[in-house]
Amino acid sequence: MPTVSYREALNQAMSEEMARDERVFLMGEEVGHYQGAYKVSQGMLQRFGEKRVIDTPIAEAGFCGVGIGAAMVGLRPIIELMTWNFSLVAADQLINNAAKIRQMSGGQFSLPIVFRGPGGAAHQLASQHSQALESIYAHVPGLRLAIPSTPADAKGLLKTAIRDPNPVIFIEGETLYGLQGEIPEGEHTVPFGVGDIKRPGRDVTIVAWSKMVHVSLQAAAALAAEGIECEIVDPRTLRPLDELLIVESVKRTNRCVVVEEGWPVSGFGAEVAYRVQKAAFDDLDAPVERVTALDVPMPYAKHLEHVVLPSQERVVAAVNKVLYRE
Amino acid sequence: MAQILEMPRLSDTMQEGRIIKWHKKEGDKVAPGDVLAEIETDKANMDFEAFDEGVLLKIAVPDGGVAPVGGPVAILGAAGEDVSDLLGKIKSGAKSAPAPAPAAAPPRPPAAAPATAPARVTAAPATAPAPVTAPAPVAATAPTTATVPATATAPAAPPASAGPRIVASPLARRIAAERGIDLRTVHGSGPGGRIVKQDVESWQAAPAPSAGPAPAAAPSQLSAPTPTPAPVPIAGAADAEQPLSLMRKTIARRLTEAKRDIPHFYLTVEADMDAAVQFRVQVNQALGVKMSYNDLIIKACALALRRVPQVNASFADDRIIVHGGVHIGVAVALEDGLITPVVRDADSKSLGAIAREVAELAGRARQRKLKPAEYTGGTFSVSNLGMFGIEEFTAVINPPEAAILAVGALAQKPVVKDDELAIGHRMRLTLSCDHRAIDGATGARFLQEVLRILEHPMTLAM
Amino acid sequence: MRRLEREARESPPPAERARLAELYRQMLCIRRMEEAAAKAYAQGKIGGFLHLYIGQEAVAVGAIAALSPDDYVVATYREHGHAYAKGTPARAIMAELYGRSSGISKGLGGSMHLFDAAHNFLGGYGIVGGHVPLASGVAFASKYRGDGRVTLCFFGDGSASQGAFHEGLCLAALWHLPIVFICENNQYSMGTPLYRSLSIEDVSQKALAYGMARDRFDGEDVLRVRERVGEALRRAREDHVPTLIEIKTYRFRGHSMSDPGQYRTKEEIEEWKKRDPVPFARQTLLEHMGMPEAELAALEEACKKEIEEAVQFAEQSPPATEEDMLSSTYEP
Repeated sequence: MPTVSYREALNQAMSEEMARDERVFLMGEEVGHYQGAYKVSQGMLQRFGEKRVIDTPIAEAGFCGVGIGAAMVGLRPIIELMTWNFSLVAADQLINNAAKIRQMSGGQFSLPIVFRGPGGAAHQLASQHSQALESIYAHVPGLRLAIPSTPADAKGLLKTAIRDPNPVIFIEGETLYGLQGEIPEGEHTVPFGVGDIKRPGRDVTIVAWSKMVHVSLQAAAALAAEGIECEIVDPRTLRPLDELLIVESVKRTNRCVVVEEGWPVSGFGAEVAYRVQKAAFDDLDAPVERVTALDVPMPYAKHLEHVVLPSQERVVAAVNKVLYRE
Repeated sequence: MAQILEMPRLSDTMQEGRIIKWHKKEGDKVAPGDVLAEIETDKANMDFEAFDEGVLLKIAVPDGGVAPVGGPVAILGAAGEDVSDLLGKIKSGAKSAPAPAPAAAPPRPPAAAPATAPARVTAAPATAPAPVTAPAPVAATAPTTATVPATATAPAAPPASAGPRIVASPLARRIAAERGIDLRTVHGSGPGGRIVKQDVESWQAAPAPSAGPAPAAAPSQLSAPTPTPAPVPIAGAADAEQPLSLMRKTIARRLTEAKRDIPHFYLTVEADMDAAVQFRVQVNQALGVKMSYNDLIIKACALALRRVPQVNASFADDRIIVHGGVHIGVAVALEDGLITPVVRDADSKSLGAIAREVAELAGRARQRKLKPAEYTGGTFSVSNLGMFGIEEFTAVINPPEAAILAVGALAQKPVVKDDELAIGHRMRLTLSCDHRAIDGATGARFLQEVLRILEHPMTLAM
Repeated sequence: MRRLEREARESPPPAERARLAELYRQMLCIRRMEEAAAKAYAQGKIGGFLHLYIGQEAVAVGAIAALSPDDYVVATYREHGHAYAKGTPARAIMAELYGRSSGISKGLGGSMHLFDAAHNFLGGYGIVGGHVPLASGVAFASKYRGDGRVTLCFFGDGSASQGAFHEGLCLAALWHLPIVFICENNQYSMGTPLYRSLSIEDVSQKALAYGMARDRFDGEDVLRVRERVGEALRRAREDHVPTLIEIKTYRFRGHSMSDPGQYRTKEEIEEWKKRDPVPFARQTLLEHMGMPEAELAALEEACKKEIEEAVQFAEQSPPATEEDMLSSTYEP
């Protein structure tokens, strides 16, 4: 299997789908002539032309709304948000329009549209540019939400997202763009609602997505040296959520830790914890633990950023807690 | 509405408790938080506090009496309330058997039920200084403690509605239900005494009650496969029977288990302590602390465990757990037993800190004031009988730890140094290893590290 | 009180009588439909918000009359008239207001969210200004595909202060999209008059900043609306130049059914009612186009019947279903 970066995997997904379907186009800030703020769309303007790779002014509400209108009448827009932080000025478009149109039209209008861009903290970008907003969008019925952790998942999920007849919130890992990984050759899609076990283990189930999968993998490696085997379940999509995979894993391990980059209050991890206790109540040997960002806006200073973000050490501590170690 | 007050579970391994002294007498008013009585558990003497308001109507277990955890000890209700049905319940044994405690205890003069803990067995010389004696069975870390019903004669299902709420994980409840295990008979090792999966899985049924009264065998808690033969009285001067303290019972049970289940092997080395002796003198002078050789050994072991982590381990049936933290138990002799307070993260603590901590923990251990968290969770133990002139000995491993170091006396000996006869300081160290987790070569490597550190004691100061 | 300057009543633009009669019929039906809706609302048969269009009918009817059936309409929460003019049957609208499964949005949208895919009516939207960029997107799709269709986007004067309105106009002008924006200036954003909400009361001037064509006129004459919007549609279709049109109008009812209307006087309302577009069209038909009174009466009777039938249909329809609700949230 060829090894490509997460960034290149996304580019492949978009390029393949645009070559396959004339209705698909890419729109956003700096996607064309600049070659993408994070270089995800590099080369696509040259390949597909200005008609299908469209630079926009800095008007998120405007171009998100344009995408929605175009999708209503049959196009399949990919709307790139330079980061998900900027989606908040277009929240009305995403939450009041994209998520609602199919239901409030009695099913008459579907919305095949993808909103994609990087989420989560990068490095010292401070509070307005370091937010993991998946919990906000996962809250909204009518939206789908994919949040890949590896190049293969990024490609497979994005292709599925572009083909999906519903609005998809697609949150990429800002610090994962350079991540290398193998991707199956040829046509590669990953279905929504099907999670992936990123590491098998018998002692504890760690549910994590996006960058937190990698933090959890590091923690699992450290714990393995102590004889603790963690099973890391990456749901890959939060809407729909592969509850079955998570619950079955917990039924094997009897313990669950949910790791997310977002804030603790009303975080999606709380939803996961709720579902686990509901579906696997009689299989739990300890309360479900959560590892989240601290409940503060992201500070600028480097060491404080490390304090706020979930770390390998905090995941290890949570695992020890559900295992009644220490 | 009157209620039966039950023997509270005041430690993670407690199966029964002895009322040392009632602080309230029948007819006294009681408010929540009032100390009703002082109770001796297997670990410590603790206060028994009231949760509810009322009048203490009846004391069912007098001073000095023993009751199993959850067994009735008193009745609380409103003044003048008729409690004859509750009394009937207690007497009929519906609340689990050995209610009136003294009856279950071996004969002894009633007057000998003093306010202080009755009947003591002296395991070590009462004058023993701080870190003494062999292993420390009571310090077993929670997760592997297999327990049996406190009273083998009465597992007969008390009414479900009675008794305190059982705190158990949902999984533990399910497993218990599947296996027909009464959770009231299971000891919980989790936070707040929560019964978790491991507790239920390691639960073993109590031996069947022996036919007929077998008072000589005392409370049969040892889960040894064969019952301990009843001791035969020996002719001559009259024997004195000493009732077992709760701590003594636990020591008996856990040491039997450890020696039976763990395949021990032993490695002995002789440490050249010349440098360590000088080092100790210098440090004590320089820092004005009073550091013992045992403190040096603890620190040396901690550092060696970091270098040979396989010794800092636990055997857990289907796997070996190599512990991340280095927590060293230090055996401390008590008047009627011993306990092993734990120096946590000893590898990252300075010698001075270790010395202070050991002294402080040993002091509180002798006053029986240790909190459970302070004598559980060790990953390795050190036992020192050097102060009694013991040259070398072997110690019983304190499960779930996988090794224990027995420290002999520091002695001056003729030694050959640079081809000449000289006087050297020597100390013999014997490592007991759980062969399931540790092989001979691993144990040897650990001891080499300990020797190297003791012979170059500046390492200890770093 | 601000008044429209009285424009001279020129003779109506040349159009055959039947054409105006049809527009009159549409306006009248919308009026009757909303009167019936107000009554049903008072009876508790319709819930939620009910924003009536009474007084403004000439705008929707005239503007949409200039469209071809393939063209798109995007509107606000005050959109019963727009849906009807675009072709949605009164019974499907009324059933929607009643929350019935036979409603145009299966009883899931209600008064504010009428959608009719078959008639290219792309919805009523409840967030002021939020649909403006969406309408630009529909026009973007037409340009992308080169299908020659035009999008008509309606909104009120309140939208002119919203960010989304400006972003929608900005992109439409930047990309030369085939779209016409129609600001129905009914003098009040809810209860706030223009002079307290806009620094420049001429909303059409916003077009200047975006390099967009603009127009501005009174909205009581349905034929004038049709003609002027028709010019803008041609610009959009043929020249790819979007237009912002401000049409001055007046709603006779409150903002919604719960509006006590204390922000304006009875006199002001009566003054505006003199320019009610529905009687204005009738008068034109009768006096300038020689339509016999009997024909008008027959047409009016037909309207009355159509709406009575619509109410009956709504009342007899089964309620909205959970199945529709659950199955319409996502496309499987």
